Amino acid sequence: MTKILVVDDSNSIRDMVSFTLKSAGYETVEAKDGQDGLSKAQTNGFDLVISDVNMPIMDGITLCQELRKLPSFKFTPILMLTTESSGDMKMRGKSAGATGWLVKPFNPEKLLATIKRVIR
Amino acid sequence: MSVDLTQFIPSFLEESFEGLELMESSLLNLEQGDDETINSIFRAAHSIKGGAGTFGFDNVTEFTHLVETLLDEMRDGRRSIEQADVELLLESVDCMRLLLEAIRDEVECEQDKIIETSKLLAIALDGNSSENSQTTDSTAESSEESQAESNTGNNDNAEGSNSWQIEFIPEHHLVQTGNDPLLLFNALSDLGEVSIKANCKDVPALNDIDSEELYITWQLTLTSNASENDIREIFEWVEDECQLNITKEQTEQTAPPVEGPKSESIAEPLAESNLSPTDNTSENPTPTPSENDSIIKDKSVTKTKPDVGSIRVGVDKVDSLINLVGELVITQSMLSELGNDFDLTKIERLTSGLEQLLQNTKELQESVMRIRMLPISFAFNRFPRLVHDLSKKTGKDIELILKGEQTELDKTVMEQIGDPLVHLVRNAVDHGIEPSEVRIANGKSEKGTITLDAYHQGGNIVIEINDDGGGIDRKAVFDKALEKGIVDANSTLSDSQVFDLIFEPGFSTAKELSDISGRGVGMDVVKKNIQSLGGRIQVESEPGKGSTFKVNLPLTLAILDGQLVKVGSEVYIIPLITIVESLQTQSDLINRVSGDMVLYRLREDNVPVIPIYQLFNIASDNEKIENALLVVVEADGQKVGLLVDDLLAQQQVVIKSLNDNYQQVEGISGATILGDGSVAMILDIPGMIQMALKKAQKAQKNKQAEQVMLEGVSS
Repeated sequence: MTKILVVDDSNSIRDMVSFTLKSAGYETVEAKDGQDGLSKAQTNGFDLVISDVNMPIMDGITLCQELRKLPSFKFTPILMLTTESSGDMKMRGKSAGATGWLVKPFNPEKLLATIKRVIR
Repeated sequence: MSVDLTQFIPSFLEESFEGLELMESSLLNLEQGDDETINSIFRAAHSIKGGAGTFGFDNVTEFTHLVETLLDEMRDGRRSIEQADVELLLESVDCMRLLLEAIRDEVECEQDKIIETSKLLAIALDGNSSENSQTTDSTAESSEESQAESNTGNNDNAEGSNSWQIEFIPEHHLVQTGNDPLLLFNALSDLGEVSIKANCKDVPALNDIDSEELYITWQLTLTSNASENDIREIFEWVEDECQLNITKEQTEQTAPPVEGPKSESIAEPLAESNLSPTDNTSENPTPTPSENDSIIKDKSVTKTKPDVGSIRVGVDKVDSLINLVGELVITQSMLSELGNDFDLTKIERLTSGLEQLLQNTKELQESVMRIRMLPISFAFNRFPRLVHDLSKKTGKDIELILKGEQTELDKTVMEQIGDPLVHLVRNAVDHGIEPSEVRIANGKSEKGTITLDAYHQGGNIVIEINDDGGGIDRKAVFDKALEKGIVDANSTLSDSQVFDLIFEPGFSTAKELSDISGRGVGMDVVKKNIQSLGGRIQVESEPGKGSTFKVNLPLTLAILDGQLVKVGSEVYIIPLITIVESLQTQSDLINRVSGDMVLYRLREDNVPVIPIYQLFNIASDNEKIENALLVVVEADGQKVGLLVDDLLAQQQVVIKSLNDNYQQVEGISGATILGDGSVAMILDIPGMIQMALKKAQKAQKNKQAEQVMLEGVSS
């Protein structure tokens, strides 16, 4: 079963993303910030990571950089869920090793369509 | 596939209100260069905007976007932190709260304040030139996005399909960002027919191959009616990590120029984007009133059910509940097995089983109660803002200190204590703290201090509101009470009795009415509200040093520790917390003062005796005061002895409201159902004392009148 790590500091966004993914048949693990996400990634394998950018404790960019250092996350798709659609933010995500980005407001159909583009 | 997310609206709203509180308290503590605080404020606004966008609450999204932009400038250091901006942001938080409350309550939002504040925000943003360039940037981007979307939408209408030649030369490290060329080609094949040719000429010799690198390039041919933008969108994530050359060859003759549908569609999605902005880029910085109105009308149709109120509970609390229920189930199965073929030899096991059941029930009850308990910070957190606003309004410099914020309190009590506390804090600012000149003249620090403290004491929670102001003017209070006819000129009252006068209805010593407090409807209502929660309020004050209001509240409203007493054929419940002691009267300590009034000497106190049977006018087994049982209770600093026939058990009782089921009855605070199924009344001790005092005063007056008449006759 495809397993997805969902990282967001907002409970409601995290719940919604997770709900959407589960209703499409994916398995999800939730984390409330980058640090939490990283520690969950160190003990689990994931097929995909979806992470918010601006979070307390550890932001999404740092999480992405840290994940890329882990051997098992070298090629794992990492999508940044962000409202900051500015080119600058996209560039920072890319240079941290993100696969791509999803622009908020979160739209369930768009999320599922995008996921099909990053996992086989 | 359509996913219905409306079930998440209540939790989004709850989270947003929490976010607003965080924004408010952080704004009040904001200092120059405090990046983490600004960032956390920004994050809260950002989450609200994101969620609102998902649910299509466009008025919230638009407004919050302005707030967010301002915060973003502060965060980047493009704007320094000015008090005026902080005030504006505080106003904005109020607006966002109004907008969200309107959504929660499914009503239309009052627009005036929001329009006003939006304008102010727009003006503040306009003042900063760097913002302008960003706005232009993002507008361009959004129109580009809209175009892309519109073209996708128009695909079906396009008359001819094109043959696109796509050359895709990825950089070697492309796969290390998790991008997979195969999936990109799959996405491309959704647009039309794709043929792929791989070019392997750059693949090095086997020995030189790095397995983590990508050496192949591709030449793709796509036959589709999609636009170049549609294709570029698929490669959007990798455009900086590849060379992408897209060229068009027309295959079928009548294909319209790509610009055709493009220019047509621009107007449409842009107009639409006001209703459903996709991100922080597309809105108008200053929504005009008419636009806003129509948006809100649109909204009111798709609201969800009103919030019934929810509590967020820690997982540990739920786990402990589940654990306890597990134990309860074990006990239950043990008892039912015992009951299957019971004989007297098993009585011991039955007793121990029942004991276990008692233990389980008690623990379960405590756990369930804990779920309803919230830290009092939920009630305290509104005060920093309140004091900030009030001190601005009054021109007094005031510091607020909060203590014991983690003290837990029942949610219902918390909700109902909010308003009385606000009133007390307003009073402390308005009447308590003196103007700076006066403070300096009296050798005090210029800055006044108000302290809110909460702590547990016995089974109660105590909330103290302390100010270091001038204290209550005893003479002013007494004179005022005299003027209002509340006291007699020659009555001698202790300080605390005088201070208690401020809780009398219609009492106010303020020389002028202000809009902060002092309408003279306050303190008696405060006292009434606290009493209706089963609590009490006391005041201590020292001239020149300040005043302390002490509010005592029960931890919960649902359950009460009670002493069951018997009077005649009735069983009553006295709240255990009010009982000082119970004793058997000795005849030599009984004093009959005058007429019906009986005082009982209890060490250094003289305690008035209230026979319950008299007060409630019922038959009693024992009407004599000598050698009778007296339960001494205390309320509002007043001790009285309740005359009862018998003391029964002490137990926890579940409070049922008389108000909801019947009507308010004087001297009774509620009812409960006892183990045998009968109903018992819970005594309202302060109410009973009031009743008894009134009765005594009436008797006294009648007697005095009689006396006067007699004297008149005799002279």
